[in-house]
Amino acid sequence: MINLRDAGATWWENASKLKRRSLVVSLVVFIYALPFLNNPLINTPGSMFESVLFYPIGMFVLLSLGLNIVVGKSGLLDLGFVAFFAIGAYTMGVLGTRTNLNFWEILPIAMGLAMLSGVLLGAPALRLRGDYLAIVTLGFGEIVRIVAVNEEFIGGARGIAGIPTPPDLFGMKFEILNPKPYYWLLVTMTLLVYWAVRRMAVRRPGRAWDAIRQDDDVAQLMGVPTFKYKVWAFVLGAAVGGAGGCLYASQILSIVPDQFSLNVSILVLACVVFGGIGNPFGVMVGAAILAYLPERIRFLTQPRQLVFGIVLVLIMNLRPDGLLPRKKREKFESEMK
Amino acid sequence: MDFGLLFSEFPSLTFDGIALGAIYALISLGYTLVYGVLRLINFAHSEVFMIGTFAALMASSNIMGVKIEDDPLSGGKLILTIVVCLVVAMLTSGIVAVLVEIVAYRRLRKRGATKLATLISAIGVSITLVEAFRIMTDSLPREFPRFFEKSLVAEIAGAQIRNDKLLVIFAAGLMMFVLDRFISKTRIGKGIRAVSQDEQTSVLMGININRVVTVTFLMGGLMAGAAAFFYVLVYENTSFRVGFFLGISAFTAAVLGGIGNIRGALVGGFALGLLEVYGSVLLGTAWKHVIAFTILVLVLLLKPTGLLGESIQQARV
Repeated sequence: MINLRDAGATWWENASKLKRRSLVVSLVVFIYALPFLNNPLINTPGSMFESVLFYPIGMFVLLSLGLNIVVGKSGLLDLGFVAFFAIGAYTMGVLGTRTNLNFWEILPIAMGLAMLSGVLLGAPALRLRGDYLAIVTLGFGEIVRIVAVNEEFIGGARGIAGIPTPPDLFGMKFEILNPKPYYWLLVTMTLLVYWAVRRMAVRRPGRAWDAIRQDDDVAQLMGVPTFKYKVWAFVLGAAVGGAGGCLYASQILSIVPDQFSLNVSILVLACVVFGGIGNPFGVMVGAAILAYLPERIRFLTQPRQLVFGIVLVLIMNLRPDGLLPRKKREKFESEMK
Repeated sequence: MDFGLLFSEFPSLTFDGIALGAIYALISLGYTLVYGVLRLINFAHSEVFMIGTFAALMASSNIMGVKIEDDPLSGGKLILTIVVCLVVAMLTSGIVAVLVEIVAYRRLRKRGATKLATLISAIGVSITLVEAFRIMTDSLPREFPRFFEKSLVAEIAGAQIRNDKLLVIFAAGLMMFVLDRFISKTRIGKGIRAVSQDEQTSVLMGININRVVTVTFLMGGLMAGAAAFFYVLVYENTSFRVGFFLGISAFTAAVLGGIGNIRGALVGGFALGLLEVYGSVLLGTAWKHVIAFTILVLVLLLKPTGLLGESIQQARV
């Protein structure tokens, strides 16, 4: 099979600056223009295309980018990512309905709370390794959901309704029936996160994460403060999850604990691995495909998830490194080890 | 916080906890065996268990002709029904587990794919199986017939002993004993232990890795099938999503005891069963998973390899 990742990377390396820029610009324009390209070839029968673009597609792309920092960059298996998404959404829900703060004021609070919970979970849990970390994070995700179900202050099992929409921005109105502004806001957030992740990847944190992923002990011996960078990876992932949750709550207007089940964590993880773990661009493509597929085949009302499961098994068996894997050089080096 | 109830009912709760723990322990054996050999969380194991419950249901209604509204069985027919259901559930789960390995893991294992790729493949299988059963059962739970009248047979030190739970504890204990002997005494059991210590060396020593892996999955499946039958015997219902929480609990139990360690899985299973029963009396049933996870986190922080420690040398991705 042709290696799409390498073919793309070679083209990119040999392309002139103009070519690169025009490709990036046209890609970004295409993504922003997607809500207008509602035609039978790509649209989603059975649900509104614009709202599908926001949730699940856009939201899963953003969440996968966040989880990719944790799982892909630093190799820490996190099965409870939904917890940070839930914390962001509930912060928006509680503060939005009980105080006069608007979306823009709540967003940093939501991210801050998600980061704080990332530290609280990460400080003890990140001393564990591999699958132990996986089960502890999974437990954390479930605990957050169970607390949301049982705590009457945040609505219990009925959740929170009547969450306010963000105030108008550049004359665009945020309404439930018009998800386009939400989608554009989400794309902007995603691009910002992507840019930040790319910047970090080539600097000290990125190199530290690479070292931790490849060999924790060696990294520690070489003087990388592994624990510190692991917590940072966790906290940054949490911040992205919290921001996603906050925006999600302000679009969906009412949240219930069942929206934040383990399945979301698993789906986001599936997006990361499916797209090509560790390669942010691949992860975004993978997440877009995995989130889009079940909506595209919604006409198969009953076996829709069944097909999804089969596709997951097939793709993983055909391309175990994901659709667009990490650079081959690095893989080769880690195999030489 | 109802400590009074916990103390007054302590013996009975302990008995219930052991019965629940027996089911957890049987399921967690499957996780721990596969983890020991392949260093892989078999995410589809909870679905192996779920299929076992449906196999037991099919066996009771289609093979033995027991209906929900029938009177309780007695004598020879009762024993025969129990044995047939148990065997059918075990065999079905065992075969499903082996098929899952062939479909979802074997190819990836041979190509030396990352653990995460295999994990996602397992998740895919899990989704496929759950959805297949959801469609087949119209998303409805199914009732399981009551084979015999459930009654208190004895009272030991204030503990009320119910006959079905007593049967479960005894039968599960017997199975764990047989499995433990199988792993420690037989040739293939030694092979399984050798592969969990060092895969490459054991292959060089002439161990057929594919056979070891198949037998490992078969054993895990058989135990999950037995757990499935005991589950429907006690709780008398099943649904397509029955495996989800039981699977998480059983995996927690395996980690609690020290994953990869067979006796650890048993200790972890019983410990978790007891903790959940005590915890649900103290704080209400809604919080029992929270208690279980909190204790798991505490145990892992104090003793990062679980209660009995891993049998394998390294715990890393």
